[in-house]
Amino acid sequence: MAERSFAREVEKLRLGDGETFHGEGILAITKALLQCGVGYVGGYQGAPISHLMDVLADAQDILAELGVRYEANASESAAAAMLAASVHYPIRGAVAFKSTVGTNVASDALANLASGGVTGGALVIVGEDYGEGSSIMQERSHAFAMKSQIWLLDPRPNLPSIVKAVEDGFELSEATNTPVMLEVRIRACHLYGAFETKANRRPPLTVREAVDNPRRQTDRIVLPPAAFVHEQEKIATRWPAAQAFIKERGLNELFGPQAGKLGIILQGGMYNSVVRALQRLGLADINGDTEVPLYVLNVTYPLIDDEIAAFCAGKDAVLVVEEGQPNYIEQAIGAMLHASGAPTRVVGKTVLPMAGEYTGQVMLDGVGRFLREYGPEMLAAEHRAPNRPREPQSASDLAQIVPLRPPGFCTGCPERPIFAAMKLVEQEHGKHQIAADIGCHLFSILPPFEIGGTTMGYGLGPASNAAFHGGGGKRPISIIGDGGFWHNGLSSSIGNAVYNEADGVILVVDNYYSAATGGQDVLSSRADNRSKSTNHPIADAVKGVGVKWVRQIDRTYDVAKMRDTLAEALTTPEKGPKVIVASSECMLNRQRREKPLMAKAVKDGRRVVKPRFGVDEDVCTGDHACMRLSGCPSLSVKTLDDPLRDDPVAAIDQTCVGCGNCGEVADAAVLCPSFYRADVIRNPTRSERALARLRQRVTRVLAGWRQRRRLDFAGDVAV
Amino acid sequence: MTVVDTRQMRPRTPFPGQHIIKLAILAVGGQGGGVLSDWIVDAAEASGYAVQATSVPGVAQRTGATIYSIEMTPRTERMPVLALMPSPGDVDIMIAAELMEAGRAVMRGLVTPDRTTLIASTHRMLAVSEKIVAGNGIADGATVLATVRDAAKRFIGFNMDKIAAEAGTMISASLFGALAGSCALPFERAAFEAAIRKGGRGVEASLRAFGTAFERASDADATSDAADDAPQAVAGVAAPRGPAHLLARWRELCARIAAYPHAMRDMATRGLAKVVDFQDLAYGAEYLERLDAVLAVDKATGADGREWALSVAAAKHVANAMAYDDVIRVADRKTRADRFTRIRREVEAPEDALVQVTEFMHPRGEEVCSMLPAGLGRFVEARPRLLAGLDRMVNRGRRVRTDSLIWFTVLFTLAGLRRWRRRLLRHARETDHIERWLALALQTAPQNYALAVEIVACRRLIKGYSDTHQRGLSKFDRVLSAAPLLAPRDDGGDWLRRLREAALKDEDGSALDGAIKTVRSFAETGDPLAARAKAD
Repeated sequence: MAERSFAREVEKLRLGDGETFHGEGILAITKALLQCGVGYVGGYQGAPISHLMDVLADAQDILAELGVRYEANASESAAAAMLAASVHYPIRGAVAFKSTVGTNVASDALANLASGGVTGGALVIVGEDYGEGSSIMQERSHAFAMKSQIWLLDPRPNLPSIVKAVEDGFELSEATNTPVMLEVRIRACHLYGAFETKANRRPPLTVREAVDNPRRQTDRIVLPPAAFVHEQEKIATRWPAAQAFIKERGLNELFGPQAGKLGIILQGGMYNSVVRALQRLGLADINGDTEVPLYVLNVTYPLIDDEIAAFCAGKDAVLVVEEGQPNYIEQAIGAMLHASGAPTRVVGKTVLPMAGEYTGQVMLDGVGRFLREYGPEMLAAEHRAPNRPREPQSASDLAQIVPLRPPGFCTGCPERPIFAAMKLVEQEHGKHQIAADIGCHLFSILPPFEIGGTTMGYGLGPASNAAFHGGGGKRPISIIGDGGFWHNGLSSSIGNAVYNEADGVILVVDNYYSAATGGQDVLSSRADNRSKSTNHPIADAVKGVGVKWVRQIDRTYDVAKMRDTLAEALTTPEKGPKVIVASSECMLNRQRREKPLMAKAVKDGRRVVKPRFGVDEDVCTGDHACMRLSGCPSLSVKTLDDPLRDDPVAAIDQTCVGCGNCGEVADAAVLCPSFYRADVIRNPTRSERALARLRQRVTRVLAGWRQRRRLDFAGDVAV
Repeated sequence: MTVVDTRQMRPRTPFPGQHIIKLAILAVGGQGGGVLSDWIVDAAEASGYAVQATSVPGVAQRTGATIYSIEMTPRTERMPVLALMPSPGDVDIMIAAELMEAGRAVMRGLVTPDRTTLIASTHRMLAVSEKIVAGNGIADGATVLATVRDAAKRFIGFNMDKIAAEAGTMISASLFGALAGSCALPFERAAFEAAIRKGGRGVEASLRAFGTAFERASDADATSDAADDAPQAVAGVAAPRGPAHLLARWRELCARIAAYPHAMRDMATRGLAKVVDFQDLAYGAEYLERLDAVLAVDKATGADGREWALSVAAAKHVANAMAYDDVIRVADRKTRADRFTRIRREVEAPEDALVQVTEFMHPRGEEVCSMLPAGLGRFVEARPRLLAGLDRMVNRGRRVRTDSLIWFTVLFTLAGLRRWRRRLLRHARETDHIERWLALALQTAPQNYALAVEIVACRRLIKGYSDTHQRGLSKFDRVLSAAPLLAPRDDGGDWLRRLREAALKDEDGSALDGAIKTVRSFAETGDPLAARAKAD
């Protein structure tokens, strides 16, 4: 069950000819796929593609009606491999994943796919996670397109353009027997907009029909000598075919006046930012009508030499707006113009930064610099020589005060007690070499836990500790999530450790979902999934590949047990990898699942227990030791109105889900007795009520008796 | 290539007859920023605007701060070209869902005095870095509030979180109400409310929060400091209730305080209440005797010009020291008559629900030993094997139900040990510690008054239970070990304060060790300037 449900939105996928779709970019792409008669879809989740996978999962009925096969692939590599269906069969297929991390994983299959080429249109939709808010290393997908010769589409970021790019992509792929990559940046994926729809098309040949009529063509298989022919074919046949198609269909666009002494060549995805810069410089209007000629590359690979030559003809200078590095496009255009002897200056990374996201300000500065240098007469006076903006004093003061807000574990997260336990183990046994993996558990690297040194890729945590697995005085620890485990960790990390007789501790964090990407199910998920097979325990898989020392912990909130199990793993004489599977359900998912059920149960008059934690503020001394083992959003501090107390005390707000971590940590770390758990019982049984009444009566008598024999300062806020 | 040559002529005005409203939202993951964004889109579309919205959402709570960008313009036949992210100096409306996020918006240049309406909730959601400091790590909200107010063209700020909580909904609803009430968007109130209704979930609660925030924002005074956010004036000490003979003695003690200098009276009254509540009236008298001694030294060293700093500090810290955190106090606090009512309120238990309360206790041998009569306790402590045996018996996490009769009675009985507390080992130890600490301060006062005040204030370092308490004591000892070195120096008090602050900074005390090293090095070399440069 994914974190976000698109059950309502997917109905928009049924829109027919001439209707208007309103919604998110991701949904628009899905609709475009159906309009194109796609035969099968797949992919692997990861922002910004997670929602696309969720949409597909929620749209299974619609897909089934059309005879479209949907696969939630085990990894990006598996997704790319699925495009093999388009090699011999004229079936359109599309897969989606996060880039560049997913493209890295997929590159083996992509390279094979691109070598043999395709018969049916093959579309690889890559969600570019670059710039602000990105969670991955900053690289370009462009390099993958170049190295394997896959055509790269980078449409203008509005829904009609993106939808058109999907349609163009399939046709381009089929016209050139080459897979096509459609690059959508993270903001475009989450863009809310509108486009005019067409009716969905059933694939002319479904995968079910194809599987009953198998085909093969030996010359499409990547084996010598065919492989050598493929490489020649790429250059001799597919490349010219692509250029011809792109030109003929006008996939790239020109805006603004035909003539002019300068112009801008830009990636389609940069279009809105460039126009905004021109709007702010007074050179474009609200509809994007511009005075500066723009050549928009909706296809960034391959480039169309004569279109570029024509655009540059008669121009003194062109600005190439190309986000990220290296500047492949700028280099190619420079080489092209140089070879043809054209006098046009190519300006790019000299006025725009070589690396980093092209934000609004960066674009305004860069385009402004280009125009001031090469066409100052186009600019109004205030833009020609702008006043240097005064750095407001206030902002620098704020930088001293405003705290950073890095990501962290959610309220009630079952991974928090795991790392609290690790911290306690650290206090007792000293620091260890710890390798981390990809997933929510990676937040352990940040305060308050500060655990984990490296992260080498999905499912590679234990593998990345391999150099230390020969052992030493202290055992190395590595962490891997259930998502990473099934993505490729079972073989690359666990199997690798067994085979190499690794003397290390491997902690598998199992929260029942691929949680960091939005709560998609994986093989070991405990939920029943109507179209996927779940409930395959990680511990069984681990034992299956030969691990002898395996401990399954079914309640991660048991901090003491977590701590003792880790300590045991670090000290046991047992040889080979020591694997701890720590399982508890992702709290976000659990709450989403349980809350409506609980509310209904209360309404139906059934007995429901809801735990909440609290702090006795007069017992809390404000040392915040608990915070250093928690970082829970619902556990905070508050300042008391008491001049006698200098330090704020712990406080738990209404968002507490009663996970138990506070009490467990207070106990395991022997912190303090200020936490209490209050179990609120709705619709209690009759005997419960009677017992409670009795208890209340007795305790009231006792407490009242004592109260009457002493001074009572209860009305006094200060005490 | 597709040629779209729409512009042959120079544009006369860049935006003929139209302009783009640029709006950004800065929220913390889990605050419902996406819902707010959807509502704004709906209200704008219903009002005849073309809208583009986007965000870089991660997923839910774990993402930290998240920014949403919305641009809109009156709809025409052509599709406007709008940006996908807000730019510094180019934002008309900035909505910040928390005070520090408003600060962050200003830092990022998204709020400028020439055009930006800043709508911010002034409540705080503390960042992890603010919570994990051993002392007080809460960022200075007042300065941020003043700064963001100055940075905006118009500022609408009040506690929108509270309004939402009172209405039983999320802050997105009150932010939306404040946006509507600010009139920064040219839409009718009905359009906003229709957007909430269209959302379809928790509509009534959302509309309530929307309405309240709408009124507040449209009120001209909303831009001024809202009263509910100003720190409450500290209430005075209310008179206690109780048996007449105890009240009479209480009044006698209060009369002694009335004779103290004005500057320390309030603190002394609070301190007195705290120690009497901790033990009894006789203990209160002991407290005042200690204050008398401090006051005498204060007078002798000519403290009038110093506003009785030593006595005020003593009134506060002696009370805290005397009301130490022992098992009896915890048991007493957990079995007070009003506690269960308070817990019911805190966990928002409905009238018809039962509440069961579980405590998390983890006694160790040391704690039990400290509750023995002083002689016996020392006897046990002197025998490590005996102590270890005791520890084995008791040292285990205990979850006890204080709403159950058995455990309530156990704790109630423990609290009753109060009568014998003075004879117990813990009390002997605490009293000894207090005496030595106060003696050091009073000896220091004639030579170095400021240092004496800081010595008294070092009591703040001792807090917590078990290991945390031990670490506090050790820090206290380490800080005070520098006092003799500092006594001859005019800036001695200043240095001791720095040491204390270093000690509060981190748990393991490495900052403190560094600071002590600095003090030692200059005490030895006599070169404070070099040492200070190093310390800073």
